[in-house]
Amino acid sequence: MRLGRQERRPEAVADPTRGIELRGVSHRYGDRPVLAGLDLHLIEPRIGIVGANGSGKSTFARLLNGLVVPTEGQVLVDGLDTRTAAREVRRRVGFVFQDPDAQIVHPTVAEDAAYGLENQGVPAPERAERVAEVLARYGLAGHADHPAHLLSGGQKQLLAIAGVLVMRPARVVFDEPTTLLDLINARRIARVIDELEQQVLVVTHQLELLESFDRVLVIDEGRVVEDAAPHPAIAAYRSLMERR
Amino acid sequence: MTLALYVPRRSPVHRVPAGVKLLALAVLAVVLFAVPTLPMTGGALVAVVVVGLGAARLPVAALARQARTVLWWLIGLFVFHALFSDLPTAAVTVLRLLALVLAAAVVTATTRVSEMVAVIERLCSPLRLFGVRPARIGLVIAMALRFIPVLAERADRIREAQAARGGSARGIRGLRTTVAPLLVQLLQMAHTVGEALDARGADDVPPARGRRSPAPAA
Repeated sequence: MRLGRQERRPEAVADPTRGIELRGVSHRYGDRPVLAGLDLHLIEPRIGIVGANGSGKSTFARLLNGLVVPTEGQVLVDGLDTRTAAREVRRRVGFVFQDPDAQIVHPTVAEDAAYGLENQGVPAPERAERVAEVLARYGLAGHADHPAHLLSGGQKQLLAIAGVLVMRPARVVFDEPTTLLDLINARRIARVIDELEQQVLVVTHQLELLESFDRVLVIDEGRVVEDAAPHPAIAAYRSLMERR
Repeated sequence: MTLALYVPRRSPVHRVPAGVKLLALAVLAVVLFAVPTLPMTGGALVAVVVVGLGAARLPVAALARQARTVLWWLIGLFVFHALFSDLPTAAVTVLRLLALVLAAAVVTATTRVSEMVAVIERLCSPLRLFGVRPARIGLVIAMALRFIPVLAERADRIREAQAARGGSARGIRGLRTTVAPLLVQLLQMAHTVGEALDARGADDVPPARGRRSPAPAA
């Protein structure tokens, strides 16, 4: 019998100690290879991902919560395969996009922050409590009923982060979260990331953000060409870029 | 540009359920058309203003803004009826339209979008019989309200970028040179929005869901 829906498969058991595993992962868009031969175990609390534009970083980030399923190989999050348990994986791995305007889907701040909780079926009183708490934590409590599109760029990114964190994922992937922000807001977002208790994986061009990280991956032409502590990895990335 | 007209206040009008307010608005419209007299329309207008400014504690600007948007219609209607009917008819027509516009403004200013959407979802719930998910209809409405201002901003940016390079945003050519890049941007954005919806569990259908309860007051 063909297994057409993930619900028909036997329930996979998650093991939070396993982290994220990529086994023989390759990905291509049509005929164009984007990522190739990735075998990684991502368990450290702070992991950075750097690479040139078009190197495959964003596709790599999307693999980690099942937004993109690899054309070859397996991505396992806490032992759950992103191919067969995408919904459960997305509950465990939050994703913050580069452009908050594309991530905010409701007209007002509180409504948008509550969106993920509605999808999880969280009862209204608990939702209200959690939304109030997360908006207060990120300085948005006074904007709860304001139109989201009137927020500043930094506030929008904070709302995008709040909308993810309110769902209490165990891990959060950030795809270039500071690219569209000025220096003050970029630093503010960096502080927010630094204070998170969750495992954090950040795709960024802001190299100073990664200095306190545990591990940095350098991606070039779809392959991990350096996988080390921040200083040697960033040095290798600079050297790679200077050779271009 | 803003489509979100909600004015946060702690008032008895804000606490009235959205469905009741919408029903009251519909009843008011029927009554004003069924009883087209000057005392009725004038009284309704006064009542709406008292409810809006007094009970709901809305700022005068919130109602004045809505009245301004129909000002030229009101003037046109008044002149038309004054010329082709009579002055009492002109007054009743204008007062009726103004009362309804302000009543709608009071409803939108005292009701969160999520509460309105919840009412629409309840009204759409019979469509479940045909496989339609009312929550999806609600999400579409909320997203339309959210993204129309974003679309306007993007269009402005494109026009500015063209103006900065000596282009003109006027006329058919201006329209063409704005629409094409805007469409490309919107398609790219739609892809990311789809991903964001997935990432935030849009496909999760909790057992108790089906009706989208209003967003919490934070």
